[in-house]
Amino acid sequence: MKYACWVYLERGALDRFNVEEGAKLTEDSMAYDRLLASRGNLIMAQALEAPQTAVTIRVQNGKLSSTDGPFAETREILAGFVLIEARDLSEAIGLAEKIPLSAVGSIEIRPVMHMRAAD
Amino acid sequence: MQPREVEDPVNSAYRLHSRAVLASLVRLLGGFDLAEEGLHEAFLAAAVQWPENGVPRDSRSWLISAGRFRIIDSLRSKARLDAVRDDLSRHLDMASQPTDPSMEDGFPDDRLRLIFICCHPALPPDAQAAMALREVCGLTTEQIAAAFLTSAPTIAQRIVRAKARIRDLALPYVVPGVDELEQRTEGVLRVIYLIFTEGYANPERGGASEALCDEAIRLARLMRDLLPDGEVAGLLALMLLQDSRRAARLDTDGDVRSWRSRIGVSGTGRKSSRAARSLTKRYHVRRLTPMPCRRRSPPAMRALRRSSASIGIGF
Repeated sequence: MKYACWVYLERGALDRFNVEEGAKLTEDSMAYDRLLASRGNLIMAQALEAPQTAVTIRVQNGKLSSTDGPFAETREILAGFVLIEARDLSEAIGLAEKIPLSAVGSIEIRPVMHMRAAD
Repeated sequence: MQPREVEDPVNSAYRLHSRAVLASLVRLLGGFDLAEEGLHEAFLAAAVQWPENGVPRDSRSWLISAGRFRIIDSLRSKARLDAVRDDLSRHLDMASQPTDPSMEDGFPDDRLRLIFICCHPALPPDAQAAMALREVCGLTTEQIAAAFLTSAPTIAQRIVRAKARIRDLALPYVVPGVDELEQRTEGVLRVIYLIFTEGYANPERGGASEALCDEAIRLARLMRDLLPDGEVAGLLALMLLQDSRRAARLDTDGDVRSWRSRIGVSGTGRKSSRAARSLTKRYHVRRLTPMPCRRRSPPAMRALRRSSASIGIGF
């Protein structure tokens, strides 16, 4: 089963870290990605640029409209995601627990919907 | 799944042995987290080494020692890096002790041991069963949720909390003494019966559901050797009787066949007469075999054997 682990951070959560701590966090995150990959659990892991770099589009009545940034102003921002392969939800929780950013923010684990056409 | 994967020896070893390997690693490494890591490492090693060197004769033992020693190695290098931390060195001491893999505390089977650990009285009963079904039988959290008619996140959280509790209370991974053993028996029997039911109620899973029924019966036989108790014998008899009609349980349309009336009537009669005598032992009342079975009563046990033999069950 595939599970998407969405990593949310409070705005400015990373500002508390100094340069060295930030570098350590990045290094730990990449090391954990490599560990997941070596065990066959990793499908993809990516960090996202800040929300102010985003553009939100919607198509209504065939017309494209676009706005800057995410649609809703929320306290927590989506900072990245890790797509994993796990035996079940319990294993997914066990793997997500060790994502280094879980100690800084929160991680939402969602099963990826199985669609036949995607096979 | 592609046909090639079905024949891959690593995959088939995973299907056959992963739960037994995990159970042994929990004992050898002293915890679920390390055991799960060890299980991963063992199959990773197998995926690399088996295609080159061939599949070892006793692949289960191979996997157990591969997992164990890889974890010991990684604990050693961590201990060197982090300076020595107490918990690491404790794990290392525990994991490095030379052990006889079969019987350290006279307990015959790692999987039954793991069920007893999962049924620790400090854990809520629902969590006990969910954890045992997942760790011992390899059911996924999603399958357990379906069996308990609840959601996967609910079950997952029960399991997470139970494991955290085991860790926080530092519950030892050992089998309790005889007095405590009896306290946990009810939970253990419940788990064994759930394992059986999970296999029996899902015949569409084919070999996997047969394996669950067989495993439940195997565990109940081990329990009977460990604790010659009427409840244990009753559960074993119940499962053997149900198992004997497993293949004939569904008709060609996939509907459940009813019992032949003769057996059904005598079963019902027994149930009501037992109820009338207030003998409401769980597995005795449910059992539809037409004979009494009181706690530690040799004539009853002989009757049970005779009756089982008469309907063609090996007991």
